[in-house]
Amino acid sequence: MRKASIGRDALIATALLVILALLPLVFPSKSFSDFVMRASAYAIFATSLNLLVGYAGMVSFGHGLFFGLGAYSFALSMQKLGTSIPAALALTIVINALVAAVVGAICVRLKEIYFSFLTLAFQMLLYSLIIAWTAVTGGDQGLTGGIPRPPFLGIRLDDPHHLYLFCCTTLVVSLFLMWHLVQSPFGYTLRMIRDNPRRAGFLGIQVWRIRVLAFIVAGVFGGIGGMLISLFVSSAYPDFAYWTVSGEAVFMIMLGGISVFFGPLVGAALLLILNDFVTKVTEHYSLVLGIIILVFALGLRKGLLGFVVQAWKKYTAAAPPAEKNPQPSSRS
Amino acid sequence: MLEIENLHKSFGGVSAISDVSMHFSAGSLTAVIGPNGAGKTSFFNLISGAFRPDRGRILLDGEDIAGLPAADVVRRGVGRAFQIASIFPTLTVREAILGAVNAHRRWYARLGRRFPLAEAKAQADEVMELVGLTATADTLSGNLSHGDQKVLDIALALALDPRVLLLDEPTAGMGPEERWQMMETVHKLWERKKMTLVFIEHDMDIVFKFAQTIRVLSYGRVLAEGVPEEVRRNPKVIEAYLGAKYDAEHA
Repeated sequence: MRKASIGRDALIATALLVILALLPLVFPSKSFSDFVMRASAYAIFATSLNLLVGYAGMVSFGHGLFFGLGAYSFALSMQKLGTSIPAALALTIVINALVAAVVGAICVRLKEIYFSFLTLAFQMLLYSLIIAWTAVTGGDQGLTGGIPRPPFLGIRLDDPHHLYLFCCTTLVVSLFLMWHLVQSPFGYTLRMIRDNPRRAGFLGIQVWRIRVLAFIVAGVFGGIGGMLISLFVSSAYPDFAYWTVSGEAVFMIMLGGISVFFGPLVGAALLLILNDFVTKVTEHYSLVLGIIILVFALGLRKGLLGFVVQAWKKYTAAAPPAEKNPQPSSRS
Repeated sequence: MLEIENLHKSFGGVSAISDVSMHFSAGSLTAVIGPNGAGKTSFFNLISGAFRPDRGRILLDGEDIAGLPAADVVRRGVGRAFQIASIFPTLTVREAILGAVNAHRRWYARLGRRFPLAEAKAQADEVMELVGLTATADTLSGNLSHGDQKVLDIALALALDPRVLLLDEPTAGMGPEERWQMMETVHKLWERKKMTLVFIEHDMDIVFKFAQTIRVLSYGRVLAEGVPEEVRRNPKVIEAYLGAKYDAEHA
């Protein structure tokens, strides 16, 4: 059993944040810091989806709803309402939580594939709204004119270095909170519901309430991911709410590993690297990506990090290592 | 303690349970027997809130719990284990029982603290000790032997401190040796916890050995009830059930 305390994890998180903050000294290129900022947004987003998929067994196909909603809530709040950044962040969280509560309450009572498709339908509803409501959202052009970034508490997000640190901090804090969540009694209740919702009900757990709560939490963090991306691109585009965003998050989870907390983080980084790398080499991006996904689906079902963790467990479990390299038998 | 009055449930015109009345006194140990399809599991499903009865009352210490959702029935002290072990395969035995304790104490939605809540540990340890799962505490539930999975299923219900415990074929799928071990465990925890225990069982040797009283269901109706000696000699029971079972053993 895990004995790690909150304090110890907070210490590790702080250390990781310091390392992330210092990385630009080693890799001073703009493309590196851009990569970290984009990866932060997608990592938070994919990890929040994995709260649902991996921990609660709720396969949402429409999680991009919250990515798009987060991006637009934040961007519109900054651009049209002229709020401060913390206020816009708070507003984004509140809006995402409310929408997640309503959508969740409707969706979680449905089983499996019906749940999946209804979440997708809600996402496409938002997408259509963004496209249609040109006066506010700029329609298919997205929000033009950029997002003002007034300084707050001495933080100037129009400074690339400050923005980098802000993204890293948001990433570490979000992951820390979600990590804590899955280690809490609530997190274990999610696992119970994933494994056997009927039995959970017979233990007195109000399954649908827990599911709605999980949906809200995931929606809020998904929105924070969207907020980061809109800060990064200084705009918001309808693509952020398109169904492919949900698909990408599912890919990220698959690439990194569904059964490991940091799988989606690794997957997000992997997918972005693949994205940049493959588009440089060939224009048949989708084809290459499809093949890679196929390899993972057939041979590396647990994802890259999941595979590494499994191999490590096997290696350490076989105390006198008869075989130094555990064979890659990823089937489980 | 637990009084069932004129319970009725039909599925698409077919009566699964018709006009069943039973009384289980506090601290009793009762076996429910009957041929396949007699409605035994449906009867448990009605009591535990899995199904909503069409008619009838289910009085738990005088309060009608008929038609309440399963989670609410559990809260009132009716625990249940299943014919096919209903467990949480990816959790360890300890985690699953701690989770059940959290569910019982309404700590299950807590966000502020880490999972093994210190105040839940003692009860979880006690439950594991009572059913003999201490040695396998850190085994994944899905990796347990069939017999231990059935024990874990009961342990999950025990973690809720039930006043009434319904066991649907606790020995299903077990070898002869294991069956008796299982029933010894069940009997021990019934004695220790002083709860009202009702179990469904097919093995007549076990039924006659362990049950204080027996209720026989057939085609959704109460065919007979009484102490083992009465039931054993009841001609209707012999015709409907014991004879058939005797034939089956020799088939």
